[in-house]
Amino acid sequence: MSVRKPLPRWADLILLPFINLCAAFFVCGIVVWIIGENPWNALIVMIKGAFIYPGSLGYTLYYTTNFIFTGLAVATAFHANLFNIGGEGQAYVGSLGILLATALFAPYLPGIFVILLCIVCSALMGAAWALIPGYLQAKRGSHVVITTIMFNFLASALMVWLLAGPLIQIGQQSPQSDLIPKNAHLPSAETFFGWFGIDVASSPLNLSFLVALIALFVFWVLIWKTRLGYEIRAVGKNQDAANYAGINVSRTIIITMTISGAFAGLLAINEVMGVQHRAILNFTAGYGFTGIAVALMGRNHPIGIFFASLLFGALFQGGAELDFEFKSITRDMVLLIQGMIILFSGALAYMFNPALSRILTRVLKGGEHDD
Amino acid sequence: MIEFFFQFLWALDATLRVATPLMLCAMAGIFSERSGIVDISLEGKLLSGAFVAATIASLTGSAWLGLGGAICASVLMSLLHGFACITHKGDQVVSGVAINFLASGLTVILGIAIFKRGGQTPTLSSDERFRPIELWFVDILDNIPILGSVYRELISGHSLLVYVALICVPVASFILYRTRFGLRLRAVGESPIAVDSAGVSVTWLRYRALIVGGVFCGIAGAYLSISHGANFVREMSAGKGYIALAAVIFGNWRPIRAFWACLMFGFLDAITSRLQGVDLPIIGEIPSQLMVALPYIMTILLLSGFIGRPSPPSAIGLPYRK
Amino acid sequence: MSKMTQETSGGNAACYILELQKVCKSFGLVQANKNIDLQIQPGTIHGIIGENGAGKSTLMNILYGLHRADSGRMFIDGAPTRIKSSADALLLGIGMVHQHFMLIPRFTVLENVMLGSEGGALLKLGRAATIAKLKELGQTFDMEVDPDLLVSDLNVGMRQRVEILKALKGGAKILILDEPTGVLTPQEATQLFDILNKLRAKGVTILLITHKLAEIMAITDNVSIMRGGEMVGHRKTSETNPQELAELMVGRKVLLNVEKPEAKPMDVALTVNNLGCFSSRGHKILDNLSFEVRAGEILGIAGVSGNGQTPLMEILSGMRKPDEGSFEILGKKITPENEVTPNIMRENFIGHIPEDRHKHGLILSFEAYENMVLGFHNSNLTGTKKTLDRNYMLEHCNARMEEYDIRPRNSKLLASSFSGGNQQKIVVARELYKNPKLLIVGEPTRGVDVGAIEFIHKQLIALRDRGCAIILVSVELDEIMGLSDRILVMNKGQEVETIPGEDANAQKLGLMMAGISQGAKN
Repeated sequence: MSVRKPLPRWADLILLPFINLCAAFFVCGIVVWIIGENPWNALIVMIKGAFIYPGSLGYTLYYTTNFIFTGLAVATAFHANLFNIGGEGQAYVGSLGILLATALFAPYLPGIFVILLCIVCSALMGAAWALIPGYLQAKRGSHVVITTIMFNFLASALMVWLLAGPLIQIGQQSPQSDLIPKNAHLPSAETFFGWFGIDVASSPLNLSFLVALIALFVFWVLIWKTRLGYEIRAVGKNQDAANYAGINVSRTIIITMTISGAFAGLLAINEVMGVQHRAILNFTAGYGFTGIAVALMGRNHPIGIFFASLLFGALFQGGAELDFEFKSITRDMVLLIQGMIILFSGALAYMFNPALSRILTRVLKGGEHDD
Repeated sequence: MIEFFFQFLWALDATLRVATPLMLCAMAGIFSERSGIVDISLEGKLLSGAFVAATIASLTGSAWLGLGGAICASVLMSLLHGFACITHKGDQVVSGVAINFLASGLTVILGIAIFKRGGQTPTLSSDERFRPIELWFVDILDNIPILGSVYRELISGHSLLVYVALICVPVASFILYRTRFGLRLRAVGESPIAVDSAGVSVTWLRYRALIVGGVFCGIAGAYLSISHGANFVREMSAGKGYIALAAVIFGNWRPIRAFWACLMFGFLDAITSRLQGVDLPIIGEIPSQLMVALPYIMTILLLSGFIGRPSPPSAIGLPYRK
Repeated sequence: MSKMTQETSGGNAACYILELQKVCKSFGLVQANKNIDLQIQPGTIHGIIGENGAGKSTLMNILYGLHRADSGRMFIDGAPTRIKSSADALLLGIGMVHQHFMLIPRFTVLENVMLGSEGGALLKLGRAATIAKLKELGQTFDMEVDPDLLVSDLNVGMRQRVEILKALKGGAKILILDEPTGVLTPQEATQLFDILNKLRAKGVTILLITHKLAEIMAITDNVSIMRGGEMVGHRKTSETNPQELAELMVGRKVLLNVEKPEAKPMDVALTVNNLGCFSSRGHKILDNLSFEVRAGEILGIAGVSGNGQTPLMEILSGMRKPDEGSFEILGKKITPENEVTPNIMRENFIGHIPEDRHKHGLILSFEAYENMVLGFHNSNLTGTKKTLDRNYMLEHCNARMEEYDIRPRNSKLLASSFSGGNQQKIVVARELYKNPKLLIVGEPTRGVDVGAIEFIHKQLIALRDRGCAIILVSVELDEIMGLSDRILVMNKGQEVETIPGEDANAQKLGLMMAGISQGAKN
């Protein structure tokens, strides 16, 4: 056989991911069918639940916000060929940055500054939590995959201890922190649009969505427009060449992990400053892991990450709707879909490549003959 | 003194119960990782094993069929892992993450579909489970002062699966170090090309390693839901797969050492609840979260070369391309 | 030889233990083996000699089943054979000692030897027999090894013995050795040859793959010469000489016409004093090297690859720290104590065209314009803004593509989509743009088409005439002779001799490359 040609770029960037996504949904559909429900109906319910019902779009975008942050965290690390599974923990401790910033600044500064400082501090805490695995990878050779997993558990233990102990709300039994001061609250979408006299349905969507969009832009600038981003990508693609080019590889690894952690840490602003107004137990709810699926599906590109986040936001919100409409399928379906998407667009990303390549070659050749 | 002795005995007894699934999963991890395949999907295999064991035991009333089903389910997960990262040379970590998600999702979805109890399975009666078995001579040995108590409380009175786990450790060690399969398995994790050039199939060898791991994880899952527990509860593996992975690393990818690591982690777990609220001399009260975090902290320190030098299999994580 | 071939096809094949007919093998677009014919007589040591990249290793991997030939036929003892895997090869009695040993350092000698032929499901079953066999082989061939030692504790020579024992234990009657002396000390090499002689005396057929003429002359009965993926000749060792072999190996390609005006050497740009360094295994790979290069001249460094050229280039370009000695570039002295990075070197106007453009010179999955600034991404080549100025970079790349005639003229194409020649032109364009005062060039035309070769050569001459000092490392003697004003020949990390460019010819250089000094003038 002759040498197989690589896929054309559009097929590689759009068609192949789309096929992988379809495969994931197809297998999930089979599972739904096996347990005796109609997959098509389930899909319709999810779509309605995610976009059509009043207020549902707000919920979808609220989830989307979380996934943008964690997706960016995973994608940043991927660009340096690092696998940050620790988004969950980094986001979790990110909340400490907010609690710290509110304690230090809220009494003295006006709201806008407090909010900005909180945002910075949540990123810093997330960054610090990722810095250690990054350092250990760069300088001591311990694999960042394993250490970030361990750091998730450490974060969880730390937060349980803090929320049930030193930080617990006075007079409360359940492990949660005090409410943060009003001037550190991020305005909800309802409030925000209210300022302009626009009426929108109540939902947890808040201004952190805007921060997420800014983060997408920052990520794009960082990776493709800065010299640091160039170095990150160079290290990720070819460490030998990076070394030849005078790039300090271990320094780049540490910086990349730090930035990655900062993105994850920002998740806390959505949950703590926007919705709960306090740190509660397990507020990260697995969003950090979903970030892996988001980054894989979004091909580590901001536009891809945005749409993948939107998809997962819709899945989470629409999945909740399944609980009401069906007896035997629940929002846990989303876990399965997530797993399938990670499987097909991650581990099996190139399974369909040879077949697709063959078909495309035939189709394109056929087209040439017709000319 | 007697009081303390029995306290200690019970702690060891609890240690053994907690450590049983860890040991089995750690052996699974060792087989997989020694063959060069990163296995963070231990958690998912454990969970699916637990679910299928409880489901089948509940539906058929047979603990043995439950165990068999658990092993099959877990092996299937292993094969999926192999399909992704051996056959298709996919990223082993990504595949592991995917399998953990699939297990979390499928166990609950199927649980609800079959039993309609919000993801739990019905509570099993005692003859649908592996019950504690009393070993021989307990009554006779009871008359001997210390030994008798040790025998009755610690050695006797566990479920069959605990003894299976205990036997699995030397068996794993034997397979790894004394058999042809073990030699080849260790070799393929060090240098797949050396194995290939010795005329042995790398693919089939790695698949077999994963299958063996699947069997171990299946037994561990069955222990969780139809021996230690009496039903399946969502997310009942609760990170034990990851602790087992930590034990694998802590044991430097060797069965006997990993066994001690499991016992140590199990012991930490067992005394955590006992130490809660207890003021120790000098140190004061130890937060239970610190105890929970200790295995991870120790593993990180070990991995970073601060205590000893870990020596993972040389070819781990790399798909084999000719 | 051609007469023999006819006899073979006539049916008298049994006199060869191994025969290949028209074996071809391609990797992607690269044809590594073209119509290889080979006949090996039983009980002989047959040498296969050729430069790096001549296709020797590919051929041996086909024989051993690690690669599969695209076409061609193979006979063992006259019987047509297909070898689909190394298991097949082992069954047919072919054993191989790879250039990079197939040993597992953490295993004992015994475990390594048993791997693949354990003699039963339990190791216990085969252990005693293996130990006895090892002992017997060890005594017969004078190469005893303690089976319980860890391989990681053995030195290279001993590891090689384990490899040979492994092959013999499997019952090999044909033993392939791929560059066996590359990692050995001279003493170890002598011992190896003793062993090989004993093996031959016991009827084992040996294929010795090497690029060292001296070894071929010292030990083989017959020799086949490969060049550019083809067999270019077969000789009886007793009827040939090193000069003939060197000519065949290097070939007499049409000399490319490079117009080279007289060099006008100026001030000394680089002085190297007693430079030395060690490999990670502690071998001395660069040994007491001293030379100087002047602005406006090209110093060619000739030598069979792996004789210290790579570490030399790495040290001079800042990618590696020297262990001994020092060098002085444009007045800046660098000793083992100094901090050196490729950045510092670039800031000192040192350009580096690396030997392996895929490993070091390019990031293949980056677009051309991004590769055009690799190593210069912190300079004004990426624009003067705070962020990378993509348009500026594209324009810069377009201009270089125009200047160097890089095709296709598309700055947004991935580097991997360019042909070898055009990839190399990207590297050359990048490294020459800043007008370096010293340029280190490794294998500038490896895997490059003829047109691009001429172009690159012209660029190097022009750069020289602008007053740049150039160090040219190449295993292509034509290239060295065509471009260099002076030629330094290296062997085993040391300088053999330095001669003026006009005094050089292939035979002379070939002998010097084998470590034989020729005296300053012929």
